[in-house]
Amino acid sequence: MSAAEWRNAMNAGSGRLAMGKVLVLPPQEKTESWTRKNPIRARHVLVLGFLLAFPMYATPFLTYQIGAQSLALGLIALSLTFLGGYGGMVSLAQMTVAGVAGYMLAVFGASGEAALSLGWSWWIAVPIAIVIATLVGTAIGWLSVRTEGIYTIMITLAVGVAFYYLCLQNYSVLNGFQGFQRVYAPTVLGINLREPVPFYFLVLACALGGYFLAKYILRAPFGIAMQGIRDNPRRMNALGFHVMAHRVAAYAVAGLIAAVGGVLFTWYNGLVTPGSVGTSWLINILVIAVLGGMRHPIGPFIGAIVFVLLQTFAIDLIDRERFNLVIGGVFLAIVLFSPDGLLGLWAALKSRFPSGSKFLTPRGGIR
Amino acid sequence: MKKRTFVRTLVGAAVLAVFSGVAYSQQTVKIGLLSNLEGPFAAGGADGMRGAELAIKQKNGMAGGRKIELIKASSDAKPDVAVNATRKLVEQDKVDIMVGPLSGGEGIAVKEYSKTQPNITFINGSSGAQATTLVNPSPNFFRFNTEGAQWMVGLGKAALDKGYKRVMVIAEDYAFPYSQVQGFMSEYCRLGGKVPVKAWVPLGGKDYASVIARIPKDVDALVVILGGADAVNFLNQYEAAGGDKPMIGGSITVSQDVLNYKGKRRDSLVGTIAGAPIADSFDAPEFKAFVADYQKNYPVSAGGYPSPSLFALVYYINMKAALDGLDAVKGDLSGGQAKYREALTKMVLKTPVGDVRLDSNRQAIGTTFITEVVKDAQGNLSNRVLRKVDGIDQMLGMKKEDFKMGSRDEPNCP
Repeated sequence: MSAAEWRNAMNAGSGRLAMGKVLVLPPQEKTESWTRKNPIRARHVLVLGFLLAFPMYATPFLTYQIGAQSLALGLIALSLTFLGGYGGMVSLAQMTVAGVAGYMLAVFGASGEAALSLGWSWWIAVPIAIVIATLVGTAIGWLSVRTEGIYTIMITLAVGVAFYYLCLQNYSVLNGFQGFQRVYAPTVLGINLREPVPFYFLVLACALGGYFLAKYILRAPFGIAMQGIRDNPRRMNALGFHVMAHRVAAYAVAGLIAAVGGVLFTWYNGLVTPGSVGTSWLINILVIAVLGGMRHPIGPFIGAIVFVLLQTFAIDLIDRERFNLVIGGVFLAIVLFSPDGLLGLWAALKSRFPSGSKFLTPRGGIR
Repeated sequence: MKKRTFVRTLVGAAVLAVFSGVAYSQQTVKIGLLSNLEGPFAAGGADGMRGAELAIKQKNGMAGGRKIELIKASSDAKPDVAVNATRKLVEQDKVDIMVGPLSGGEGIAVKEYSKTQPNITFINGSSGAQATTLVNPSPNFFRFNTEGAQWMVGLGKAALDKGYKRVMVIAEDYAFPYSQVQGFMSEYCRLGGKVPVKAWVPLGGKDYASVIARIPKDVDALVVILGGADAVNFLNQYEAAGGDKPMIGGSITVSQDVLNYKGKRRDSLVGTIAGAPIADSFDAPEFKAFVADYQKNYPVSAGGYPSPSLFALVYYINMKAALDGLDAVKGDLSGGQAKYREALTKMVLKTPVGDVRLDSNRQAIGTTFITEVVKDAQGNLSNRVLRKVDGIDQMLGMKKEDFKMGSRDEPNCP
């Protein structure tokens, strides 16, 4: 029995009940969809066209603060969606991995702290930062895969908080409370990547890369096995899959995505401080992933856009002393009315107006 | 003929002046105000906003003949959040002048951002990091408040006057206490005092047992530079351990929390000296007027403090500088605000605590108060002004070549 067949067998069974009628599809059709090449639909062209044209008509502020920030945060949240939605492992330490990348970028590359930064060129510093952060992400995975559910959340939270305090109190390498200022994107081939439009396209390219990487892996045998492990690890084990190895590998892939996101987010802010890896950011990444929906790799990007828009403009909507109420209220409403986030709303609309198209997504992740 | 030309020119100039005056007064000046309405300084940040609003209220919302439109934003003491909020105010809401942010790390980050917006003038809120104006200063970032090291100048001498020849420093482990310790020690060491031990404790620490164990027998006093709750925790544990050394406080140590301390050592707090840019009991008429105005506009029932906090005063001072600058140039912000900046640079700002001038890095040269805790007839503890030190610059009276920024190991006199 192949992983896909096994999966369908599971899907047809009681495991589906929780999802309601939305995703109940004939097994036969589903098997085909895993091998069939995904056709390009109108909405894909529309979204890509919009993303490419966005900086042409948006102000530099919108391009940079809304566009680039959303995509960079979305990339970090994508790593959580990948782990949580498809691997069943909710890790709160993804922002930590991103933060490690940011800190390593500042330590090996150039920053305002000339005494602590090594000042290497970006083309050495960036790969080193990404490699180290990916290794840290893998190590966190290796540490936490022996746990399940809430214990995974606890152990990754503990790792994240530990790293926060390390950053706060280590002065010899990480510059303590101050962190690193002036960690700027480089000028490459005469293009200053600090400028809003070039930076936007850099982040867009990385976000698309991350998105398609996630999509590709989720359809590759490894991704299928990972989803199998999410749904029933004992069964997968019995089928001869090495559960731990798959899970650690999933953390490694997520670590890579988060690391790239971390480099971009650090460049976006131009700084990295302990506040960048504090608990509020660990939770924010989870909020973004849940808000968007963990059923599809596009979810975290949608979640990030909503999150950034709210963070930026909520203060204009209401009394300035109370704007956090709006942010909290909107988050609460989304999660309350659609447990699967904004993607869930989309799916609910689709099922209400069936048009023959198939909304194929794996099952929601957090259990 | 000549005379007629002259008259014409005069009339023409007058008409022009009137028109340009009209043109300016028709436009509002947008001022962005960034403080903390969330995070650890939310209460202080709200009071900072009150201070800034008070400065605008006192001028009836007008400066330089133009109406002031205030746009507020919030941060949570994190530099990245502060820059995001500032960027929104500058690039989206198109403010002409920025006032903020609140805390040190934010200040450095906003100063760096200000370099990318050369046509906007940035004035500090209450952030007090030394590095903001000492390391890579920005030509359009102004700070009319003194910072952490300046706030402690005069305390070293006061400590020696009390007969404290050797002291131990207990301070939180980040930039602000470093500055405070430097402000104290640079003077104290110069005048012959000794600091054999410095203990750096984590911010928000709960257990001070190891620090208390390290207090040498032969020190005369403890320099305790801890924020509100940390200071009370330390006092409790020090009392439980049987300690009896007198205390010297930082600018935020001897707060109301500490004065309300109910432990057995309460009486030993009497005589504690501290340095700060504000003293509730300062009796200059300008300061009394400021306090009365604050109390009138923000009574305790409406969420104000019984007396304006450090944040309210400092935000007030910086906002007042922004408005006085507008008055000085009659609302003329043309030419990339060049004239306005010129006016700010040369201004002698009248504040409730004395005159403030700027140095070449656009950093305030101002006043510090040395206070002492006293007990009144009802047994309540309060701060009394012991001494007022004027004209303190950021070099703390040192030559530029000799000056090094405060850190764990600088200055040093064991």
